[in-house]
Amino acid sequence: MRLELQNVKIDDIVFGDETTVEGSQLILDKESIITELKEVAGVKDIDIDIALPGEKKRIIPVKDVIEPRVKVSGGQGGFPGVLDDIEQTGSGEVKVLDGVAIVTIGDIVGFQEGIIDMWGEGAKWTPFSQTCNIVVNITPEDDLQPHEHEAAVRRLGLTASNLIGEAARDAAHQETEVYEMGYPDEETQKYPDLPKVVYVEMLISQGLLHDGYIYGTNSGQILPTYLHANEELDQAVISGNCVAACDKITTYQHQNNAVVKELYKLHGKEINFAGIVLAPELTTMDGKLINTDYTAKLCKQLGADGAIISEEGYGNPDSDLVMICEALETDGIKTVLITDECSGWEGTSQPLTDAKEEAVAVISTGNVSHVVELDAADEVLGDPHAVANIAGGWEGAYNEATGQIKCELNAVIGSTSEIGTHNATVKLY
Amino acid sequence: MSKKKVLYYVNQFFGQIGGEDQAGIPPEFHEKGIGAAAAFAGGVKENADLVGTVICGDNYFNENNEEALAFLEDLNSKHDIDLVVAGPAFNAGRYGVACAGVAEFFNEKGIPVLSGMYIENPGLDVARKNAYVIETSDSAAGMREALPQLIKLGNKVLIGEELSPEEDGYLSQGRRLTEITDKIGAERAVDMLMKRLKDEEFETELPMPEFDQVEAAAQIQDLSKATIALVTTGGLVPQGNPDHLQSASAQKWVKYDVSETDALGQDYYTVHGGYDPVYANENPDRIAPLDMLKKMEKEGKIGKVYDFFYSTTGTGTAVDSSEQFGREIGAELAEVGVDGVILTST
Repeated sequence: MRLELQNVKIDDIVFGDETTVEGSQLILDKESIITELKEVAGVKDIDIDIALPGEKKRIIPVKDVIEPRVKVSGGQGGFPGVLDDIEQTGSGEVKVLDGVAIVTIGDIVGFQEGIIDMWGEGAKWTPFSQTCNIVVNITPEDDLQPHEHEAAVRRLGLTASNLIGEAARDAAHQETEVYEMGYPDEETQKYPDLPKVVYVEMLISQGLLHDGYIYGTNSGQILPTYLHANEELDQAVISGNCVAACDKITTYQHQNNAVVKELYKLHGKEINFAGIVLAPELTTMDGKLINTDYTAKLCKQLGADGAIISEEGYGNPDSDLVMICEALETDGIKTVLITDECSGWEGTSQPLTDAKEEAVAVISTGNVSHVVELDAADEVLGDPHAVANIAGGWEGAYNEATGQIKCELNAVIGSTSEIGTHNATVKLY
Repeated sequence: MSKKKVLYYVNQFFGQIGGEDQAGIPPEFHEKGIGAAAAFAGGVKENADLVGTVICGDNYFNENNEEALAFLEDLNSKHDIDLVVAGPAFNAGRYGVACAGVAEFFNEKGIPVLSGMYIENPGLDVARKNAYVIETSDSAAGMREALPQLIKLGNKVLIGEELSPEEDGYLSQGRRLTEITDKIGAERAVDMLMKRLKDEEFETELPMPEFDQVEAAAQIQDLSKATIALVTTGGLVPQGNPDHLQSASAQKWVKYDVSETDALGQDYYTVHGGYDPVYANENPDRIAPLDMLKKMEKEGKIGKVYDFFYSTTGTGTAVDSSEQFGREIGAELAEVGVDGVILTST
């Protein structure tokens, strides 16, 4: 399977008469985009803003982040099973508006969206301060139920990605990333002596707006499943989550899964990267038990010698994380876990809610309760008062007089990414 | 800028007063360095002056804690102290506990404290959270090694340099602080896995925590005579959230009088940030079943539903905070004679 991501490098976005790329500038025909996006069911009104790295702009409350792309050969592209016809992803040539992100905002259920600051202290804590952001502010139709509202916003973000991604179709690309890998038996013949590594990616699948989607299938309704690494890099997996902002895996992070990309770098050299097991995180004990057993079985069937296990969320799924670790280590598969911590404002509390002695190798991506103070923005896209209700914020977190926000990393999108997209870690003092 | 001020605390033995027979002496203050205090003062003289040495009997400190602390309070108010050194206590248990008490007292005031202890000293657990504690040998013979370390650490603290346990050789204080690092998490994870696959040494970024085991309370013999309280981590609060309970990472718990109502009903809603609130808000008793408890009370199945309902938010809440909330709520319920609790989570 061969996937080419052809990066059209963008470092500026402006509004204009036509949606197109000129040099490294993306031009957006705002009115046409708004007209098309208003066709999405459940959407009453839309506004679009631009936020560039370094600008004193704050975006709040953020629901999802998506990278705009278009497939130019090897398939129809888009988001199969969600917006577009069913098709296996992972092959072909894809033009990427590299450096651009669609950011959907709008209050959905109150507590589970996040903040992106484009400058200063806040920018340090989110990878999405480094992208040129197209901020899509959505007003839903009246009387929508929260789950309908979530679906409308989710579909709208993906629609915007398809629509704006078209601008890349005829644009020149400056960089090509090639992801090419056969099926496990072929790769094992090529690299018989290299250790096999599987990536176990856990997905919050708790229902009630805590869902991921694989080819449009709700991850809460599947047993752990096996993907070729290219499928995730080619839009097979998307976020449907309304959950704490710091460690939810946005669609952008799926499209650019950092663990997949890092493992790919070593494939055929130091390891044989045997693919991805997507493991749903369920809330029931039986769900945890079956998913643990099934994940371990898939890893064994793949002949794994090692595995990276990444969590999504914290608290309840800490159990799934260490249970899967225990099962793999018991089967002789060496694991490294990626998780964040809930060690309180002072960092003195116990960091996880569950533990196993087998979890000897763990990457910590930060304490979700680490408190940050964010300066006043020149412009707020969205509503700063939303921080009162966001996980990691509280009543009074936004100082109306000064425009400053004091909140936990919890509220900052991607700050403690457990698929290792960002640079935060924890050090013991 | 005026020079900083250091206070040195020792016990009767290191204060050169006497051994076990002098362990009951009350604190005394000498405006000079005695024993280790003199040597320490010499080592930090560029950055600070020694205010003096406090000598206190170990038994006195532990048995007359209030008086001993009042003595320190008085000294602090007179001298405006910038740094305190207590010990090193080596493996002397009561001395270690006294040093820990001194450390806790000054740490609460924001005054840094240095100490040194043997790793098994019973005072260490409290001391390390409140002071920069270097690890020493188990006997006073280790003073020659300990003092230069304390002096080095002391100078760094006095000039306000940032410290870390690895570089500055003190025992970690158990504070897990979030920082930005060069490599993203995914790269660090793959690096660590490669080390494991090559059987090379690696260091976890998160050692597994150890969990306490809580013994279950004795069974209630007769429910029809028992008072039952309702407690939830589901974030239920009265409309408007009058006490501003947090939606995640709770810093408090709240309680509300439900003695006059048969159900939480629409007077309540959830502020919990970790679950879809639609079904909870449709009927808050789904999260904390006051309606059922009140029904059982009427039917005589349980003796009484306690007058107050307790609530906090579970999601993202630090275990330390949860333990504190549990102790506080538990103590309050035990005090008023509640026999059992229905504790619901989400």
